[in-house]
Amino acid sequence: MERVLLDEKAVERSISRITLEILEKNQGSKSLSLIGIRTRGVFLAKRICDKISAVESRQMPLGVLDITMYRDDIATLKAPEVKKTDIPFNVNDMTIVLIDDVLHTGRTTRAAIDAIMDLGRPTRIQLAVLVDRGQRELPIQPDYTGIYYTAAPEEEVFVRLREIDGKDEVVLTARL
Amino acid sequence: MTILIKHGRLIDPKNDRDERVDILIRGDAIEKIDKNLSGAAADRVIDAEGLVVAPGLIDVHVHLREPGFEWKETIRTGTMAAAKGGFTSVVCMANTDPVNDNKSVTEYIMEKARAEGVVRVFPCGAVTKGLKGEDLSEMGEMRAAGAVAISDDGKSVRNAQLFLKAMEYARLFDLAVICHCEDDALGRGVVHEGLASLVSGLDPVPCLAEEIIVQRDIALAAYVGSPVHITHISTEGSIAIIRGEKRRYDKVTADTCPHYFTLTDEATLTYDTATKVNPPLRAASDVAALKEGLRDGTIDIIATDHAPHDATSKDVEFNLASSGISGLETALALCLGLVEEGILDLKGLIRKMTVNPARLLDLPFGEAAPGKPADLIVFSDRAEWTIDRGAFLSKGKNTPFHGRKVRGKNLLTIVGGRIVYSDPDFR
Amino acid sequence: MSWTHKDLLGVRELSREEILFLLDTADSFRDISRRDIKKVPTLRGKTVITLFYEPSTRTRVSFEIAAKRLSADAVNISTASSSVVKGESLVDTGRNLQSMRPDVIVIRHSMPGAPHMLSRILDCSIINAGDGAHEHPTQALLDLFTIREKKETVDGLKIAIIGDIAHSRVARSNIFALKKFDTEITCCAPLTMLPPGLASLGVKVTDRLDEAVADKDVIMMLRIQKERGGTSYIPSIREYASLYCLNEEHVGRARKDVIIMHPGPMNRGVEISDAVADGPYSVILDQVENGVAVRMAILYLLSGGES
Repeated sequence: MERVLLDEKAVERSISRITLEILEKNQGSKSLSLIGIRTRGVFLAKRICDKISAVESRQMPLGVLDITMYRDDIATLKAPEVKKTDIPFNVNDMTIVLIDDVLHTGRTTRAAIDAIMDLGRPTRIQLAVLVDRGQRELPIQPDYTGIYYTAAPEEEVFVRLREIDGKDEVVLTARL
Repeated sequence: MTILIKHGRLIDPKNDRDERVDILIRGDAIEKIDKNLSGAAADRVIDAEGLVVAPGLIDVHVHLREPGFEWKETIRTGTMAAAKGGFTSVVCMANTDPVNDNKSVTEYIMEKARAEGVVRVFPCGAVTKGLKGEDLSEMGEMRAAGAVAISDDGKSVRNAQLFLKAMEYARLFDLAVICHCEDDALGRGVVHEGLASLVSGLDPVPCLAEEIIVQRDIALAAYVGSPVHITHISTEGSIAIIRGEKRRYDKVTADTCPHYFTLTDEATLTYDTATKVNPPLRAASDVAALKEGLRDGTIDIIATDHAPHDATSKDVEFNLASSGISGLETALALCLGLVEEGILDLKGLIRKMTVNPARLLDLPFGEAAPGKPADLIVFSDRAEWTIDRGAFLSKGKNTPFHGRKVRGKNLLTIVGGRIVYSDPDFR
Repeated sequence: MSWTHKDLLGVRELSREEILFLLDTADSFRDISRRDIKKVPTLRGKTVITLFYEPSTRTRVSFEIAAKRLSADAVNISTASSSVVKGESLVDTGRNLQSMRPDVIVIRHSMPGAPHMLSRILDCSIINAGDGAHEHPTQALLDLFTIREKKETVDGLKIAIIGDIAHSRVARSNIFALKKFDTEITCCAPLTMLPPGLASLGVKVTDRLDEAVADKDVIMMLRIQKERGGTSYIPSIREYASLYCLNEEHVGRARKDVIIMHPGPMNRGVEISDAVADGPYSVILDQVENGVAVRMAILYLLSGGES
């Protein structure tokens, strides 16, 4: 049983709003860059990047981050597939906006922060997510949120994006 | 003591007999063989219904390891293994420590066998002192002490001139000459030269290593006019040479071992040291040629080359592991596979393990007829079982056949009228 | 896909897909070695023991660096100064090491099948860093990685492997690995160094160097195994070099974008001339860099947990 939290239009509106909030908060910042966390964070980051680039008429630095090597549960997993990390700019003294689809326990964000720290010393890191579903296990908060929904432990929140799933929506399902 | 074996199918190749009969044993000899002896009184009655009765098997190539290597095997444990396997006579090779190159060691072996052995033991003396390939051993004295053959088994006599003299000298004493054919430089590898050595990176032994010495030893024997027996042949080329030579010179005989017609070199790909043997396991084409050689009589005898080893000497890197398979207790089952495949019939198989070995060594055994020594076995050619090295009576548990399902099992062994082995499930 | 092997004993038992997956994984790990902080926490708390019965600097150091860049603890045992000198058997050494609960043991040994022995008796993962003349899987994998990097794909290539093929584990592993792709392999050596039946592995065989290098995309030189009984197969190193040393003239016969490879260490002037070794077509140093990345990938894939 699925319940739609955000339909296609609502997703688009959220992304637009997040984009504007990023620009507003980092007014005129020349050292702004975006890094999307694999897998769906990458597509969100690309969309936000395109929107900003159109408004600011300059190319926003955009990176792709795979956090597998930094997961805190790596010892218990059977060597999950490592995909390419590609951050084609120097992170030193940059304001980086990390972008992911769902914020849940906070562990993915922690891993992403550690990964970026091993590349250099950014001035600041901010976090943008499409859905914050609560149930944090680490003290991590997003700077930009599409929708905030406290899902019960037996509920699962899925983000679908047209680039990979064929359509845009955020759904809630009951875990069987 | 009298033993009556009733309702068994007696296969006695020497007298061309294959029929259902009863056999009465008295003392150490067979007294009577007849269609129906159930009236006869006997101390022990054995019901061999559905089973085969045959003369006890004779193994012309066994390593009993005593004296000198008692942790690998003793005459006692080796002969117990032989009895379990259905062998009532075994010829033990000379590579003991000290080497059996003189009458003292021969006498020691004979005495130990008398005191502790459960089957008949016939020593094979060394050709050269210490197996060094330099001086002839005291063949005459060994013969008098009980030796039936000479061999430097484990290796060849490198010096052709010396081997020639050895063969000439041996004729004085009617000693069979058993040849382990291996050129020592070409034979330095550890696996067959073929796809397996190519893939495994292990040093190869080309078939040539065996074949050039087979050719040489037969040529030497023909020159001298001496009988010659080539032991554990493994290659297609060796068979062809022997087949050809037998047409020209009728004193050539040959044997092979069950592992050479059951496994190929592919078994060595796992680096399992239980498959390390000398000569090595060969290719499928060699296996096919061996079977053909068994079928057409080029190969006269099947022997085991029983080579027990302790776990430590096998539990090392393949290159360093000792060569050899502990084969007395698995031989019959593997040989019966030849019958199943139609290569030999039962009588032909038994002939190669009784009549022919006896003839080679001039032994008064290998026959089941009234008045002859009561060396008999009772076996099932149908019983299915799984080979378990843990159950071996031999100290040597080194076999590549562990866990293999086979058909055919020896159930009872009688030597000189005494039951020396009885399968626990057999009445 | 996911990795299901407990050990890496050879490339022969890997599928083409598994090899490509490993190379893709290595690609990500190479980036780690190229940045300032050459470390990730991925194998934190894991213990990797390198057990080398044969001397080696480059392979051992490569594994050690790979382990350390993954935050694993690396311990080196080279047997010249160890219990093996006191006569301890491989089996006993293995069992003793296992009591210290390593996660991975990397073993190099002079005898084929040694890693397989350890794999049978130990629970931890075993990586074969070279067992006699049998296989050297990580070398073949880094060679493939290098070829793929320079040529974009391994399929459709013509490759020459030149040197003491009979005694070379690098040759065997490379032949096994390359045959899983659409390649044409030519092996070249004096007849005494070509194992009989080599062609049955699906390779061309020649004893003429100028024939072997003609029109090739990749030329792989092997070292003369002086320590593995090399001398009875050739009368002298000098004579070998006069016939089989790769020089610029030979390179000229290959394709214009040929790459020259060597597993190292090189016998300069014996199997390869200075000009070629240091020339523009040589990717020998890339091989070394890629070795660390490939070994990081393997350590990563073998160190997975239970789930």
